[in-house]
Amino acid sequence: MDPARFTRVDDTTWRIEPYGAMRVPAIVYADEDLIRDMDDKVYEQATNVAMLPGIVQASYAMPDAHWGYGFPIGGVAAFDPDKGGVVSAGGVGFDISCGVRTMLTGLKVSDVLPVQNSLADSLSRQIPAGVGSKGTITLDAIDMEAMLAGGAQWAIERGWGDARDLERIEEQGRMVGAKPECVSDRAKERQRREMGTLGSGNHYLEVQAVAEIFDAKVAEAFGLKQDDVVVTIHCGSRGLGHQIGTEFLKEMVMTAEASGIALPDRELACAPINSEVGQRYLGAMRAAINCALANREILGHYARRVFEHFFPDHDLRLLFDVSHNTCKVEPHVVSGTRRDLFVHRKGATRAFGPGHESLPEVLRAVGQPVLIGGSMGTGSYILVGEASGEQKAFSSACHGAGRAMSRHAALKQWSGRKIMDDLAAQGILIRSPSTRGVAEEAPGAYKDVDAVVIAAEHAGLARRVARLRPLICIKG
Amino acid sequence: MSQAAAPVANTARWEHFPHDADVGVRGFGATLAEAFEHAAEALTAVVTHAAVEPKMAIDVRCEASDLELLFVEWLNAIIYEMAVRSMLFSRFAVRIEDTRLKGILWGEPVDVERHAPACEPKGATYTALKVAAGSNGIWSAACIVDV
Repeated sequence: MDPARFTRVDDTTWRIEPYGAMRVPAIVYADEDLIRDMDDKVYEQATNVAMLPGIVQASYAMPDAHWGYGFPIGGVAAFDPDKGGVVSAGGVGFDISCGVRTMLTGLKVSDVLPVQNSLADSLSRQIPAGVGSKGTITLDAIDMEAMLAGGAQWAIERGWGDARDLERIEEQGRMVGAKPECVSDRAKERQRREMGTLGSGNHYLEVQAVAEIFDAKVAEAFGLKQDDVVVTIHCGSRGLGHQIGTEFLKEMVMTAEASGIALPDRELACAPINSEVGQRYLGAMRAAINCALANREILGHYARRVFEHFFPDHDLRLLFDVSHNTCKVEPHVVSGTRRDLFVHRKGATRAFGPGHESLPEVLRAVGQPVLIGGSMGTGSYILVGEASGEQKAFSSACHGAGRAMSRHAALKQWSGRKIMDDLAAQGILIRSPSTRGVAEEAPGAYKDVDAVVIAAEHAGLARRVARLRPLICIKG
Repeated sequence: MSQAAAPVANTARWEHFPHDADVGVRGFGATLAEAFEHAAEALTAVVTHAAVEPKMAIDVRCEASDLELLFVEWLNAIIYEMAVRSMLFSRFAVRIEDTRLKGILWGEPVDVERHAPACEPKGATYTALKVAAGSNGIWSAACIVDV
């Protein structure tokens, strides 16, 4: 995008003043190079979101923003139900509650290196990943309802998790307000054999090393030290979320028209929060959040079993589990008044600052861990939410490096086999059923994750705590 | 693991086109139905470049308020069958009457070794959605698929 199209507020704040049907401004947080590298579609999509009814304050895009569906990926928008605000299936996305969890192992890099190869092989055997992979869990109708209502709490009750995790999962592991009866039979059918599967695309399980500490005090509170080994899982609500997204997108296109909502793009399909469709979507979407929370808890359990085999004296403790594709009701202060808003984060991570009431006591003083997935080669970050993020973007930050190149272009440029060999030479072991999938996820196809998190820090959204480098990556 | 060459287009029938995060599928055909069939081949090519044997037939039906929405319904019907049956499809037959579609999908169960599936389509989107006949009379049907 041409930076000249924006009003530059400061080095990392770029504003589009309202024009045409925009109800509020659009604000992109990024440095100038990231802005230049962003597709013009981000400008168009952030602008379109600003046209939706009931939007509050501004339509935001995070430093890793890229061309999405209706909303940009990296988009944040809050809606007020009392002002005709809407909920948008496109604003949440197909992979409802896709997110990241990071678990502490209590191990050092030197503990893991001697078994790195066999650990990688064992994880790739135990973690069902990719198309055609088979999970070991099949849900009957009763289990399905219980899972959709119970989330990670359900998984733990069934023996696939650790009750100590709950306080470190968003919503304490169970999203309130889930309505399994609002989830279609087709969506349930798509999920019947998918619990405890990783999926494919950019989803992964990584064993990572703490490569750099930026904030020693917060790192200590998070339990992170130089050369510590952690396990990070990135995945979502699998087929169930995809099907719910698909079905409600279709329904909302029709009902938006009937409600008199002019959609600048059909993908922005939405319904008034206070409407039958809006409420039904929220019930189904919250059930999908529970599905994602349960799924990550189960995958965490599988990772624990593998680590237990290799390191019987260590247990994996959850640092945090946070989603980046959701719509959540949250109180936010707007123009001096505290209001309950429906905050959509599409490829954006919730990032509560220190003192936030929803954080567990052990983290409250320092703020929420914000888990940022990078690419296979370049590593990931752990940030901490900043109090200033509340005013900046309803306490939201980036979610990953963000793609810089399409899969199509990546496939033309790289060979998966060569990427795996090059990364192995750097001490990073990749295990994937598909070398083509690896090529599509090539490190070079992503933006510079360092630039993205530095921009998030400069913008006051979240602050760097630690950088992680991959040791093992299991990809679907 | 197979390292398939990268056919990103079967020029006469279908092509993939780029999107930042995902992939676009576009089918061409002498008729609307043929464009839908060829776009379905492009959808399979998102997942695998390996041969898929047409061993089993699955019937699907869909309906929408216009042809573009019908195209998304068609791709989503295939994605659903791929997901719940853990199958890949290689041959397609489509009949369209007004905005109602009857389709047959021929394929086989996913064989991870042989098909080396690269990624899993989550859903067809309304982004870059276009169904139209060109001035040369050739139909095309396209949209972005979230993977």
